[in-house]
Amino acid sequence: MLWLCLNFPQLPLELHARAEPISSPWAIIEGKGARKTILQCNDAAAELGIRPGMTPGAAYALAHNLQLRSRDETAERQALESLADWAGQYTSFVSLRSPNALLLEVAGSLRLFKGMAPLLDRIPRQTAELGYATRIGVAPTPLAAWLLARTQIPNIPPKTIMEINQLPATLRELPLELLDLEPKQIKTLHGLGLKRLGELLRLPRAGLARRFSPGLVDYLDRLLGNSPDPLEAYTPPPRFVRQLWLPAETNDREALLFPARRLLLELTGFLDARQAGTQWLHWRLIHHNHHHHRPATHVTLGLAAPNRDPEHLLALLRERLSRVTLEHAVEGIGLSVTNIRPLRPRTLSLDTSLNSDLDGNRHSDMADWPRLVERLRARLGDEAVRGFQPHPDHRPELAWKTSSPGAGVRDPGNARRPLWLLPKPVALSWRDGTPWLDGRLAIESGPERIESGWWDEGDVARDYFIASDAAHGCYWIYRERYDTRRWFLHGLFA
Amino acid sequence: MNTALDIVLKHPAVWRGKRQTCTHENGMDENRIASGFAGLDEQLPGGGWPRGALTEIMLPQPGIGELRLILPALRQLNRDKKWIALIAPPYIPYAPAWQAMGLDLSRVLWIHPRDHIDQLWAVEQALQSGTCGAVLSWQTTSPGFERLRRLQLAAESSHCWGVLFRPMADADESSPAAVRVRLTAKERTLDVHFLKRRGAWGGEAVQLPLPLFTVVK
Repeated sequence: MLWLCLNFPQLPLELHARAEPISSPWAIIEGKGARKTILQCNDAAAELGIRPGMTPGAAYALAHNLQLRSRDETAERQALESLADWAGQYTSFVSLRSPNALLLEVAGSLRLFKGMAPLLDRIPRQTAELGYATRIGVAPTPLAAWLLARTQIPNIPPKTIMEINQLPATLRELPLELLDLEPKQIKTLHGLGLKRLGELLRLPRAGLARRFSPGLVDYLDRLLGNSPDPLEAYTPPPRFVRQLWLPAETNDREALLFPARRLLLELTGFLDARQAGTQWLHWRLIHHNHHHHRPATHVTLGLAAPNRDPEHLLALLRERLSRVTLEHAVEGIGLSVTNIRPLRPRTLSLDTSLNSDLDGNRHSDMADWPRLVERLRARLGDEAVRGFQPHPDHRPELAWKTSSPGAGVRDPGNARRPLWLLPKPVALSWRDGTPWLDGRLAIESGPERIESGWWDEGDVARDYFIASDAAHGCYWIYRERYDTRRWFLHGLFA
Repeated sequence: MNTALDIVLKHPAVWRGKRQTCTHENGMDENRIASGFAGLDEQLPGGGWPRGALTEIMLPQPGIGELRLILPALRQLNRDKKWIALIAPPYIPYAPAWQAMGLDLSRVLWIHPRDHIDQLWAVEQALQSGTCGAVLSWQTTSPGFERLRRLQLAAESSHCWGVLFRPMADADESSPAAVRVRLTAKERTLDVHFLKRRGAWGGEAVQLPLPLFTVVK
């Protein structure tokens, strides 16, 4: 077993700034009534001297424009679960360590990702894109991985311990106050003159167990891998439903793309964990709803084939949003995906541009036609991008139909038909004994009689001819056999 | 003859002050598409329609054989599993005839944008997507030189054959297209006048036999 611990120390703060980075000073407070204190603050507030533990009054004295928000532990839990969903792309076993850490069992993932170094490079970059800073530790026991993550120094590569017998030697120097012990226990240990883990481990176990509760010995055993430490696996929900609140209402569509991208990156991890893609994305643009009932604006994106590429999905949303009329300002954006479809697995590559099929073929441009169709449809509308097919009907205007792009039928077609058809036959005039279209039309061949019977409404009884004009344009024209016996233009041979 | 210089000289973006003649036996290479008309291939730079470039076709009116002129090349691209995009065609592409002409309609897109702006956007998207072997667009208004240059670059980037059908009145505009031709029809023949050929001089014309029907198995 090898555990990778992801610790999100700034989770309470960061989850409020995901829809848009906040540059003005602000802070999270916790506690009740007069005992409220600052829990975390952003860089702008820290530069003005604001520190965790301060009272709001002291903080306001330093920054009069400081904004305060109460800690939201429910939202933190949801954010942590979302991160667990996302982390499913790296392992089949994720466990939540409340309030702000995840434990990933990664022994099996190392081969897929070609070692630990690529993982340690990729994971923090991705969490930063999701809007969270992370500290990482890797060790053969969950508790040791958590200790290493908590003590990671920013901008220094995470500490990794790969072998269980290296644990005591590596952790020896850790100060006791970093261990997950009760403050009372730490105080007693300090009273015995013990400062570091190594000193504690040298004491006889029997004495430790007697002097302290068995909990301490048990903790040390689990930390060093001497006894098992079973964790509860996180079970991901079958649907993806998320939303982000903007710091301020906006009418600017571009401003929605930043939070949208973060939602899509989470979706990618969620789908990746299932080796799946989706064909339907339901976006909700949530409007301010306090005084009037204003239903959310729904934007649904349908794809020609299952996909989970966040940049492609974002490009589609951008095009689609350009066509959406925003009646009211938007204060939140939501994404839900229930249509989850298996995606043909590809060999995993850290460089997505090199993704290839299982059979080793480079993912070719031709296989990417759904992307083109989706891009075009996002801006032009679904109806504007279609295929066309012959249709078995002997009435010429019904002998074709539109189809989904990529669909095909087996039908030999009809070589004696024009390449262009008019949407509606155009009446021709009759002059000097010939049909007339800006000039006389000379009949070259015909007639081809086309009739429909009473069984299919009997509305067609025509004699078709091929005719040409002075510029040698070739036309498909017909004469009605009954009623008015008028002439019509129906197609061009082109 | 397979020197680096030869490869460079066969590229459609390279202009030479002398006509190039076709030296390929199989009629296909990666920089051109055989037109299906021997007389026309002789006149086209590199010996066929240029890939990775724009071709402009000036029409006095639709229906004189402009599609039959390019269909053999489209068929060839289609057989190579490439897609063909029809953007803002003037009429309904009538499926029974296209199918009988040997096109695989499961790889043909019919796109009708609402306006000129969306049309040029769609042409650019289709050209640069890498999905299409040919992108055909019917322009009723002139895109202007700058816009054409963008389309030319998009075609170059993905090795796509961009075909713009334009009204005869636009023939005098300057254009970055690799090939510009003007069509006039005679009885069962089509005259192709070269207004511009990259790699050769314009001004010549070629007369092609153009039967009304071709049945392709």
